[in-house]
Amino acid sequence: MSGPADRNGRIRGIADYPLAEKRPEIVKSARGKPLKDLTLAAVEAGEVTLEDLGITPQALLDQAAIAAKAGRPTLARNFARAAELVEVPQDVLLRIYELLRPGRAGNKDEVLAAARELRETYNAPTMAAFVEEAAEIYERRGLFTFRY
Amino acid sequence: MAVMSKSVSGESGKTSATDPRSGGANRWRRFADWDERPLRLDRFAIEDPENGFAAFKGAKDPKPGIEIADGRILSMDGIPAADFDMIDHFIATHHLDLDLAPEAMALPSREIARMLVDVAVPRTELARLAHGLTPAKLAEVVAQLSAIELAFAFSKMRTRKTPGNQGHVTNAKDDPLQLAADAAAAVAFGFDEIETTMRVARNSWSNALACSVGAAIGRWGTLFQCSSEENEELQIGMAGFTSYAETVSVYGTEKAFTDGDDTPWSKAFLAAAYASRGIKMRCTSGAASELLMGFHEAKSLLYLEARCLCLQRAMGVQGTQNGGIDGAPLASTMPGGVRELMAENLIAVWLDLECATGNDARHSESEIRVGAKILPFLIAGSDLVCSGMGSILKYDNSFNPSSFNGEEMEDFLVLQRDFEADGGLNSVDESRALELRRRAIDALCAVFAELDLGSPTAAMKQSVAIASGSNETASYTPREVSFISEKIKAKGINVLDVIKALARRGFREEAENLLQVVRLRVSGDYLQTAAVVRRGRVISAVNDPNDYGGPGSGYRLSPQRRQELAAIRDVLTREEVLRTEATYAAAENRRITYRALGTAPAAGPENEVVVGVSPAFGIKLYRTLAGHPLSAVLRAIGDGIRARGGEPRFVRLRHTADTSFLGLSAARLAGSGIGIGLQAKGTAVIHQKDRLPHHNLELFSNAPITTLDHYRGLGENAALYARGEMPEPVVVPTQGQALGARYHAQVALIYAIETSLTQDGAKPEAIEISFQEAAE
Repeated sequence: MSGPADRNGRIRGIADYPLAEKRPEIVKSARGKPLKDLTLAAVEAGEVTLEDLGITPQALLDQAAIAAKAGRPTLARNFARAAELVEVPQDVLLRIYELLRPGRAGNKDEVLAAARELRETYNAPTMAAFVEEAAEIYERRGLFTFRY
Repeated sequence: MAVMSKSVSGESGKTSATDPRSGGANRWRRFADWDERPLRLDRFAIEDPENGFAAFKGAKDPKPGIEIADGRILSMDGIPAADFDMIDHFIATHHLDLDLAPEAMALPSREIARMLVDVAVPRTELARLAHGLTPAKLAEVVAQLSAIELAFAFSKMRTRKTPGNQGHVTNAKDDPLQLAADAAAAVAFGFDEIETTMRVARNSWSNALACSVGAAIGRWGTLFQCSSEENEELQIGMAGFTSYAETVSVYGTEKAFTDGDDTPWSKAFLAAAYASRGIKMRCTSGAASELLMGFHEAKSLLYLEARCLCLQRAMGVQGTQNGGIDGAPLASTMPGGVRELMAENLIAVWLDLECATGNDARHSESEIRVGAKILPFLIAGSDLVCSGMGSILKYDNSFNPSSFNGEEMEDFLVLQRDFEADGGLNSVDESRALELRRRAIDALCAVFAELDLGSPTAAMKQSVAIASGSNETASYTPREVSFISEKIKAKGINVLDVIKALARRGFREEAENLLQVVRLRVSGDYLQTAAVVRRGRVISAVNDPNDYGGPGSGYRLSPQRRQELAAIRDVLTREEVLRTEATYAAAENRRITYRALGTAPAAGPENEVVVGVSPAFGIKLYRTLAGHPLSAVLRAIGDGIRARGGEPRFVRLRHTADTSFLGLSAARLAGSGIGIGLQAKGTAVIHQKDRLPHHNLELFSNAPITTLDHYRGLGENAALYARGEMPEPVVVPTQGQALGARYHAQVALIYAIETSLTQDGAKPEAIEISFQEAAE
């Protein structure tokens, strides 16, 4: 896997892992806070929100680079897909997941529309391609069928 | 363990005759005895590959193979690409490394099997090779290994070096107070992950909140999941309460998959969704789920599971829980079924997946089968030995009883100690456990008060703190919990609200602990393969890789860890035995005095029976192993001798503590030539002066079950032998108790006290015995 993280050499090797310990300077919350600022006092003061305690696309890409360097390319690809989903709102995420379950979509176009939404609205090309692949196979295997 | 979407349940069809020993005159009653063993509650199934009952060799298992041309797969395991079902397609597209596949597939299966058990072949080389192997090939290779080879290969191939364990925290009432208390206890016992589920689905938010608070007691780092419906589980995770998920079940046939209401793409989407929320995730699969669901395609358990595992690696999940899981009881009904569970765990780690190795749904009513099944994983080590040990009692286990539950946890702790094998757990001091439970309950009550979720009474709290299980609590009912749970959901309470509530009410340490777990998400370090938190540090297959390469390598117990495993409760020490004996001394001294009268003369009257007692008898040791005061034993023997016309004479022997020699030496002093040897622990012998040392007349070797009446009978018989008669020997009936297990540590310590008082060549010493009080 060679993501942007890899190309920029952010991750030098698996010796950078765990990032929170070995490379704390490159770990930032979604709102740009460094790890050391995510303290109980800051939570009490309202300076840290749940958003600060989520993962960022960059952290996922960094973990993808580590997974790839550790010889786990499929895990790395999953992290790369996940990086694209960080910004996708919860309800959209759950809606698309639901659509991918058997028999939820009545035809291929509904699934392709979801793929388009991922690509165009959320800049998630890898995930979009993955959903398109699903649409193709669902059609071939007759999954656009009544279930309940 | 995750709950699979489909399961078949039902009572065993066994009917037992009203008379357990029925069968009349034409049945060997041993079979009637066997009918009553717990084992016979298990039902076994005939091998029937056409109907899916085959562990290794299915009727329609394909032969391994791959055809590739121009960078495209033409066929896999004999199936042309055009005929791929969605599982084949997903594996072919996302698992197989086409550059590697020709080389890997060309290796003979026997050769790869040998590589798996060869310490000279590094794990990394085999893990790389697996990227080019098809499901049928993986299955064919591991099928060649015997059970011991599977266990050995597993210990070499598992991903993380340091073993761990996972526990269930549930209860039959979904009582949040008990969940918090039990979670705190589970954390103290060392579980790396704890998992809850509900009796009533809508109680999920309450369960999640309660367990997350309980898991923050005492230390931080235990990962937590709330097994629920996929959609809701993800929402609970997004609210920050949980840190991992493993309900993402996959299946080995297309029909089972869609019947399970998912596809490889929907599950892979979910996998990415969990990662995008910073939540660790593993899949669930395992033998026989397809058979349970009715879509087995006449393929073997192993081949179908190999498909599931390739699929999981293809999806890019970090790990799996497999080894039967819900299907383990069904797999275990088949010949080789348990070996198959081991084989599928091996494929999982070979594919470089974290493996929570089943040992979850209890596969047998036989404790022997359960203990045997866990052993290979305990001694091989596993990322998570159980993918859910019941840290709670069986009836409180909402996932169904596990192999080991609250009832049997100490058995597991002792197995770790016996084999010096790290199963991830440790003992907890009794007072510490109660303290942690109270702390957890108080912390949860503080959160409830702060967030207006309830105000449990002191009586509720006390009942939960000391309860072993929910049958003993006077706490929340499932219906009351539903209101709490729905309120948490409706108010949109998230983990930060809980952290703040804890801090405001003075539970700062717990607030910090909970925040630390949530903070793991920011870097995502714990998303890597086999990540757990130990002593505040993330360890995983990346920074703690299993580097086993033969003796002296791989995971070894540190001296400190070895001590932890040894530190089970109630361990005998010499000091304790002496202290206990000393407490009996005062009472005995009121009942009896022994006066030493110098060297004992040889020979007395013809009806004389000499009783020779051991060196420490009545001096350092005062009770038999059965608990009889030695004074009472001497009185019973003396009364017995006199009742049959004999005359007892007591001597203390100091040259030996051995029963046979005590008895023979006493016999040689006796006018009748009959003597009794008696050790302080109660072992006794009747001897005759002309016999060989170990060829006695009667021996009472089972001191722990010897009664005072037996000692009296011994005295009577000795007197009868003295008269030249041949009495019926006294028999101390045994029920087959493992007396060695119960007493030998104590015996060894006591006996050492006896031998420490012996003197070579010391002459027998006459003693005068006076009983001070009436017999008890």
